Amino acid sequence: MAAPELLPGRRPLPPGVAAGELAPHGTTIVAIVSAEGVVMAGDRRATMGNLIANRDVEKVYRADEYSLVGMAGTAGVGLELVKLFQVELEHYEKIEGTMLSLDGKANRLATMTRNNLGAALQGLAAIPLFAGFDLAAPSPDKAGRIFSFDVAGGIYEEDGYHALGSGSLFAKSALKKRYRPGMSTDEVIRLAVEALYDAADEDTATGGPDVTRKIYPVVMTATAEGARRLTDEESAQVAEAVVAGRMENPGG
Amino acid sequence: MQFYASPEQMMRDRSEYARKNIARGRNTIVLTYSGGVLFVAENLSKSLHKIGEIYDRIGFAAVGRYNEFENLRRAGVRMADMNGYSYDRRDVTALLLAQAYAQVVGAIFTEQTKPFEVEICVAQVNQRPEQDELYRITYDGSVTDEPGVLAMGGQSDSISGGLRERHRPDLPLEGALRLAVDALQSIGGEGGQPRTLSADQLEVAVLDRARTGRTFRRIVGAALTSLLAARPAAEAPTTDQGTGEAPGETPGATSPSPPAS
Repeated sequence: MAAPELLPGRRPLPPGVAAGELAPHGTTIVAIVSAEGVVMAGDRRATMGNLIANRDVEKVYRADEYSLVGMAGTAGVGLELVKLFQVELEHYEKIEGTMLSLDGKANRLATMTRNNLGAALQGLAAIPLFAGFDLAAPSPDKAGRIFSFDVAGGIYEEDGYHALGSGSLFAKSALKKRYRPGMSTDEVIRLAVEALYDAADEDTATGGPDVTRKIYPVVMTATAEGARRLTDEESAQVAEAVVAGRMENPGG
Repeated sequence: MQFYASPEQMMRDRSEYARKNIARGRNTIVLTYSGGVLFVAENLSKSLHKIGEIYDRIGFAAVGRYNEFENLRRAGVRMADMNGYSYDRRDVTALLLAQAYAQVVGAIFTEQTKPFEVEICVAQVNQRPEQDELYRITYDGSVTDEPGVLAMGGQSDSISGGLRERHRPDLPLEGALRLAVDALQSIGGEGGQPRTLSADQLEVAVLDRARTGRTFRRIVGAALTSLLAARPAAEAPTTDQGTGEAPGETPGATSPSPPAS
């Protein structure tokens, strides 16, 4: 007797629960190439349906000495992905006595993302964004590189800039109009915070600079000097400058 | 052909075998200083390390057979990373690793025909030099806690006395390096004379107390040369450039002249 309806492909997904209501959801991050390397920044909001689950969540991390990793999607899955990725890079470096190449790191992250495909199809998807300073690059202005991924393990190298998450459409549109190749790291940091402001302006799930609570975007850079997170004061300064600019011209 | 050997005889034979082969190698010194823990090994290779990073505040040094201690190092890194990932980074300690190493090396010593010909040190840097932890694990799996300074390998017995005498926990990095290099130079020269070791004969690394996160860093190239140059000019005459170890020597079997400190 045949029962084709029991084959995995024919089985319906569990009905009912929308995963968005089940676990916090991380929202918008951006990555931009600068003359000295690369910058990655993320807003601080996590949502659960129409609620704000957390207003100071961090979605951008240092992957190792020369690379950054951020994530959007189900926070628990994404943060676990980031944590495991950091451990894997460090482990490889200590065991083999040398760092993986930037492409090697990106490929590893793609495989790890694909390993979550089952859960992703049931609604618990998280997608990483990877950017780093390529030590093998011919010149520093070509060293900043960005890789994006999909749930199936696809890996795409991005040219210049990329955004990820619910507000990415607006962040990317802002970047498209303002990004120019060869901008300095300081200019790019300002640009990243502007793009996040635009995302927060249009997307309810993305948080803007919270001046009352002093919660500002996480901004990290990866250059020849290594990966660095802007201090709270530095990122507050940039965010407050962006807010002040928008006071005069809300469209930026 | 002999069919029976008493356990005493077997253990004695294994000990002698391990000790003899370890004593043929060059020395490694681990010591605390004001800014952290310093590892100094006499090593001609730039790629086959005797000193390695295990975790945030934990380092590893070894003497003996390369493939055996490299296996141990990898196992230690694996264990540390697994524990740190499963629990928390703070839950990985040198004591935990030293105990695991003691288990493994001890089991091999009693169960296998050939014991590991290695001696290893697991060191952890803490808030203050007096709190730093240095563990020595020997070929038979015994583990000892040796605060301050320890020497392993070839003629470690003849240098550890002088080292311990001159070591102070508040030494600066230059002073600690000078102490270790002087100790390494005091042996192996022709006719018991001290020799001179250059930067490319040394492998040097520290666990930096001031750092957060991963504290291990190697001191290589120009940084090492300039640190060595900070040594006082009064140097002993160069008699030998490094391969002066007499093969087959056991520690204490010869009586080298006391270290020219």
